[in-house]
Amino acid sequence: MQSVTETKNEFVPTIVAFCCNWCSYAGADLAGSSRLSYPANVKIIRVPCSCRVNPMFVLKAFQQGADGVILCGCHPGDCHYVTGNYYTRRRMSLLFGFLNYLGIEKDRTRVEWVSAAEGAKFSAVMNDFAKRINELGENKRLKDLRVKENGHE
Amino acid sequence: MNKTEEQIVKRAAELLDNKEVDKVIGWKKGEFCFDPSPAAFTSSDELKDFVYNDFCGANLSKYLVNECKSGGKIAVFLKPCDTYSFNELVKEHRVNKEKVKVIGVECHGKLDIEKIKSKGIAAVTGAEESGGKVAVTSLYGNAELDKNEVLLDKCLTCKGKKFAVADEIIVLNEMEETKNDRFSGVEALEKMSEEERFAFWKAELSKCIRCNACRNVCPACTCNKCVFDNNASGVATKAPADTFEEQMFHIIRAFHVAGRCTDCGECSRVCPQHIPLHLLNRKFIKDINRLYGEFQAGETDEGKNPLIEYRESDAEPSSAVNGEVRHA
Repeated sequence: MQSVTETKNEFVPTIVAFCCNWCSYAGADLAGSSRLSYPANVKIIRVPCSCRVNPMFVLKAFQQGADGVILCGCHPGDCHYVTGNYYTRRRMSLLFGFLNYLGIEKDRTRVEWVSAAEGAKFSAVMNDFAKRINELGENKRLKDLRVKENGHE
Repeated sequence: MNKTEEQIVKRAAELLDNKEVDKVIGWKKGEFCFDPSPAAFTSSDELKDFVYNDFCGANLSKYLVNECKSGGKIAVFLKPCDTYSFNELVKEHRVNKEKVKVIGVECHGKLDIEKIKSKGIAAVTGAEESGGKVAVTSLYGNAELDKNEVLLDKCLTCKGKKFAVADEIIVLNEMEETKNDRFSGVEALEKMSEEERFAFWKAELSKCIRCNACRNVCPACTCNKCVFDNNASGVATKAPADTFEEQMFHIIRAFHVAGRCTDCGECSRVCPQHIPLHLLNRKFIKDINRLYGEFQAGETDEGKNPLIEYRESDAEPSSAVNGEVRHA
């Protein structure tokens, strides 16, 4: 599988993936130990549950230069804390719909359920998401100009 | 003084004199007829400044949060739409129901002084609505305006004249039911392309001066310490430095009241920059209705709000965002 980072002299997106400690984070690990590749520009942030992700985290990621944000959690019904991801599902449905309402491209945000056994799915999801963000290009609508100019805040 | 006001003041005086309540929350005369402000009255002598006219748009329920902290019983005058906010505050344990006497008052829609002024009428000394018309008196003469042209935006999409909660009601003239499609503004935006929507909101939100009026007036925003009061948040009370901060504040503000917003419309009413903030809240209300079933916050003072509730069959975010899923 070709990773987007291999394309030379092109825009390389920054992607932030919030991964649940109990499933997707282990899924990423499994992808690695199975020698399945996913783009190196996917920055994984480990969270104790997908439900831990506050809408502010998503906005902050975009502010600091992310071009896409993806949330990975356990499949509904499999939450380590029983119900956490059900709340995530409602929150993120509303938040991402709302961001689109403000004019942010809807493909810049995504929620995927990836279990600890789904290393292949993790790799496929990340490659697909990175491809889509690559097509969309740089996130210009939801960013802090000062952060981009100075490199960091 | 109109009949309703007379009745309200009489009742307030009775309650204070009989020591049934220690405080009455109502509207106090301002410098002009069109700027009454919310106030607490503790004795019947103070009631000479009490006013209830067609400019009393303020929702008094939020004032109970602070007033309830001191002992004693409080009477509060609430218009039909304000009673929903009261229920929501009781549900969230911000107001102690036992300490409050809710008196529902008649409302035929409140007037927007800015809209009257924009009709070229200056130095307004009074305005009274009756039967679809508003008679305005000013230092330069009288005028009659069409009521729908000068109503507050929030009253144009009136929720109805039902009191969600009231211990007693002061209604002298029957209130006409109004029917308006409150989601038409949201739908119009949804039909636009992403570029157009972004341009629309960029133009609107860039007017924001971060005065925090929308947050301070909102009956759903009652945290003791707000996230935006945190200096480390990067968006603490100050004029926004760039488009991100404007967006950040308004996205988070709207999200924090999602599922709890009763659509009282106070945010848009107080915005000095006339940003249509209700369009943000209504998007959440519309999506919640579509995805999780019709829900009106504040209908009762118990039960769970949609964002702290779930069903196993809820829509997946990917399809929910595309707007295809309907609540079964």
